[in-house]
Amino acid sequence: MLHKFHGGVHPPEHKAESNSLPIGAAPLPRRLVVPLRQHIGAPARPVVEVGDRVLKGQMIGAADGFVSAAVHAPTSGIVSAVDLHAVPHPSGLPDLCITIDADGEERWIERQPLDYLAADRDAVRARLRDFGVVGLGGAVFPTSIKLDPGALRIGTLVLNGAECEPWITSDDRLMRERAAEIVEGVKIMAHLVQPERVLIGIEDNKPEAVTAMRAACSGTNFEVVAVPAQYPGGGEKQLIQVLTGKEVPSGGRPANIGVLCANAGTAYTVHRAVNHGEPVISRIVTVTGNVEKPQNFEVLIGTPLSEMVQLAGGAKAGTSHYIVGGPMMGFDLNNLAVPVAKAVNCVIAASPALFPPKPAAVPCIRCGQCAEVCPASLQPMELFWFSQSRNFDKARAYNLFDCIECGCCSYVCPSHIPLVSYYRFAKSEIAAQEREKKAAEQAKARFEFKQLREEREKAEKAARFAEKAAAAKAAAGEGDDPAAAAKKAAIQAAVERAKAKKAEAAAQAGQCDVTPIAAVETPAESLSPCPLPPTGEGDLESLRDGSLNTTEPP
Amino acid sequence: MLSAILVMILLGVVLGAILGYASIKFKVEGNPMVKKVGAVLPQTQCGQCGYAGCGPYAEAVARGEAAPNLCVPGGDAVAKNLADLLGVEFQPVGGGEGAGPKPRQVAFIDENNCIGCTACIKACPVDAIVGASKLMHTVLPDRCTGCELCVPACPVDCISMVPLEESIANWKWRYPVIEIKKAA
Repeated sequence: MLHKFHGGVHPPEHKAESNSLPIGAAPLPRRLVVPLRQHIGAPARPVVEVGDRVLKGQMIGAADGFVSAAVHAPTSGIVSAVDLHAVPHPSGLPDLCITIDADGEERWIERQPLDYLAADRDAVRARLRDFGVVGLGGAVFPTSIKLDPGALRIGTLVLNGAECEPWITSDDRLMRERAAEIVEGVKIMAHLVQPERVLIGIEDNKPEAVTAMRAACSGTNFEVVAVPAQYPGGGEKQLIQVLTGKEVPSGGRPANIGVLCANAGTAYTVHRAVNHGEPVISRIVTVTGNVEKPQNFEVLIGTPLSEMVQLAGGAKAGTSHYIVGGPMMGFDLNNLAVPVAKAVNCVIAASPALFPPKPAAVPCIRCGQCAEVCPASLQPMELFWFSQSRNFDKARAYNLFDCIECGCCSYVCPSHIPLVSYYRFAKSEIAAQEREKKAAEQAKARFEFKQLREEREKAEKAARFAEKAAAAKAAAGEGDDPAAAAKKAAIQAAVERAKAKKAEAAAQAGQCDVTPIAAVETPAESLSPCPLPPTGEGDLESLRDGSLNTTEPP
Repeated sequence: MLSAILVMILLGVVLGAILGYASIKFKVEGNPMVKKVGAVLPQTQCGQCGYAGCGPYAEAVARGEAAPNLCVPGGDAVAKNLADLLGVEFQPVGGGEGAGPKPRQVAFIDENNCIGCTACIKACPVDAIVGASKLMHTVLPDRCTGCELCVPACPVDCISMVPLEESIANWKWRYPVIEIKKAA
């Protein structure tokens, strides 16, 4: 039995443009730019240097930290740069990338399949991490962590093939053409989390994909469910609710209700990584919109978007900009030099005819339509109000962080208010405040520790001094000790030497020859006849030696 | 009469004992307000308020001796939060000219000119500078609070404050602005 989630909209689907042609192969680009930050969490740490020769599939960035994943060379060639390059990100800011000049030979690393049934489960997870497997549905969360629910019991594994966002058909084509391989990936996932049942949710506007997946699932206990097409039915929480009737709690994860959800594309890469030893170096991308021949292509990570638009016959006249991702949740891009990253599932050439500019926003009339369509059952008008007035505490109290930024509210708003932009603004401001708060706490702890250390050092110094003084007193009581006499003589000799040097220095005052030893003994005097500015060599020397003295025990 | 007096005395002794016990058992160490004020302050330990760090300033504010609008790095946002916390009227930082929080800066040591004197290491309140005597020093940008205390400490003026550049890691979505169309 199927359930329903709250709200949702029915935007024009525009899937027919690109879903009729099979997945096209893309020619090897001359140069590939692989971003090191292609997943949520810490960016990968580069492990190659400029000039290194790399093989196809060789790890070029290692997972760094717990939430991280590796990145790999999409083809064989030579590393020509490890530097900042434009990346597909809404900020338009550059990020650290590794540029590889392809040699055209496509020489692979040695590909070793892993017998996951025989191997330790942690070894399989480690493979996913080292082979760069991340959630390809859009959030790019490292799959190795997701498939490690720890103490939580997973009752249901959900494979997300809904693909609710308009224009995008990459999962549709993948499920039609490579259903068996997706099912192999699901088997690996099921082996890792041991669920009681596996549900594969596909929206009913993709009947061919449903048929293909059903055929591939015969002989397994996986159940393919056609769910009614409604945006955002492919949202993780929404799909889980439709399939199981269970709602993910506010602020929680699906694992909290015993469900785990993964994207169909991710299952495919899990299969390639485990059963074929191939890391994630390519993905299926829909190129559609105002292009000559909209189609899906299997492209290497790092391929420039401009080349992909060329693959689809080039942009037609009237293209104003490009959208990465879908029109509901994607972001605009002005620079086509950015490479494909793991998160890029679709590139849309936008024209004013296809995406007419929104009329200017007018004040909210509190009609409540946004609340009716909100799939997270929030009150978008209140969140808008608080975000607009920077009342972040209140926005939080109204569960701003349960917003999935699906854009339903903006879609229906009769006042054309860019609601999601306000929520994104508020969310990132709150995140920045949290970061600052954390930094302040850390600074306080470090400051307090420094004070503690300084006090301790002071006490230690005082204790040492007292000890020495006591020892000296005892020595004086014993009468002239030969060591003390020798020391005294040495000091006397040093003073004589210094006097002689000073006289010499005075004689050579015109040449301003200040030796370091003179500077130590009498810095002020030795410098006074010197016409050098205070930052001269003599001054530096005295400073260096002065600092040395302070670090010596008294 | 006697029994009434005895009852009252007994009552007094019992209640007194309870109160005495409670004052020992539930003793509040220090002023709890200090902690609340400290949580609002940015903890840069810069001393620009005139106190020797955020801790002493928090104590002075909690005692009511210092005005809540002296924190320069925190700007008006911190002054407003402190005023709310203390229940006093908000006064902008720096006498009414309205200071927003300063853009985040971190210290940068020009390593070619550093003489390794350790003066900045001693000045840094949060141990964000590493180095040793006669060896080059460097600032840990993640730990630097931008307090600028090391800048005057340097005898060769090799420390400068550089604004923290925007990167993808710290980028924030902008406040939505509605573009006004150009008049034809």
